[in-house]
Amino acid sequence: MTQELLTLTGIVLDDELSISLRELCHVCGVTAERIMDMVEEGVVDPRGASPREWHFSGKAVVRAQVALRLQRDLRVNLAGVALVLDLLEELEELRRLHGRYNM
Amino acid sequence: MEFKDYYAVFGVARDATQDEIKRAYRKLARKYHPDVSKEADAEERFKEVGEAYEVLKDPEKRAAYDQFGRQWQAGQEFKPPPDWDAGFEFSGGGFTDAGNFSDFFESLFGRATHGDRRGAGLRAKGEDHHAKIVVSLEDAYQGATRTITLKTPELDANGHVITRPHALNVKIPKGVTEGQRIRLAGRGAPGLGQGPNGDLYLEIAFQVHPWFQAKQRDIYLELPVTPWEVALGETVTVPTLGGKVELRIPPGSQAGSKLRLKGRGLPGSPAGDQYVVLRVVTPAADTPAAKAIYQKMAETMPMNPRAELGV
Repeated sequence: MTQELLTLTGIVLDDELSISLRELCHVCGVTAERIMDMVEEGVVDPRGASPREWHFSGKAVVRAQVALRLQRDLRVNLAGVALVLDLLEELEELRRLHGRYNM
Repeated sequence: MEFKDYYAVFGVARDATQDEIKRAYRKLARKYHPDVSKEADAEERFKEVGEAYEVLKDPEKRAAYDQFGRQWQAGQEFKPPPDWDAGFEFSGGGFTDAGNFSDFFESLFGRATHGDRRGAGLRAKGEDHHAKIVVSLEDAYQGATRTITLKTPELDANGHVITRPHALNVKIPKGVTEGQRIRLAGRGAPGLGQGPNGDLYLEIAFQVHPWFQAKQRDIYLELPVTPWEVALGETVTVPTLGGKVELRIPPGSQAGSKLRLKGRGLPGSPAGDQYVVLRVVTPAADTPAAKAIYQKMAETMPMNPRAELGV
């Protein structure tokens, strides 16, 4: 079967990405209230003064999604989620350093 | 189909109390949560633990499952006897996660109720899917197209969910970094009813490179140099992801000195840099002439490199 494969171009969730609250809600499949709770707790950190002007980076998308899964699967509350996410980032950083010096 | 020993999954005895099972479940759920765990098979283990808990947390299901307890071993070929569930009632609901339990589970307890896609009026977005994609540093530098094979669930003529391998090409944009995710909208599980499909997330992992290491967009290279190159200074040829470049080693450099090649890391705005860390390689003193030179150095340039250690 020599069928031409469809080539897809995705969106890289990096710091250059900038999406609105509405788009973040759509991507995560949750209400604006849940995202606003996350902002209040520091789980995600948008640019912009008010929810209407908020813009989120790709990193925020990843953090919001991990937060939702941790809440659902492990019943971690938002303050706990914020702590877990920060510690996970530190751990990633340490793992990278560890990898570099232990070749 | 293989028999699954749900008690062994938790490492508890068959007469464990509900509290013991709950504690074991919570501990393992934390250990194997795919967002937290670095175990290679975390996702599989997490599902297995979830499935075991689904059965053992519910006294009705547990009692039904216990009927098999003594006769079967994990991994043994298994077929449920007819009417095995007579006298037990599993009322719907209560499933922790969307479907995806093993055939063993489904042969005993049926499918998760909300996995029923025929329900009129039911409408929900499909599940998101996650996959890891390994790319070389060269691909991350230049961009590439990768063919990936996904198991996509589809509905057969009877409305049952079957999975079918499905190949597609994905563009890896240049400048991706380790751990970044690419979102492919609508490429996850099909939605329920008229609901939209879930999305597919690809997490970028870098293949180990023989001499380059990436830290975000910066590239690190350990460069072997001779004692006279660091002492006297020299211009040497250095590999980068974009090809060979000339690097000037300033006189008086030391082992471990870090030199920066600006903008020679992974592309982006701003592009990363390449850092070159010098590693001094000393020639062997394996001839009388070489020995004489080392001897001469010791006499001409006496030094105590351990002065800082107080010895």
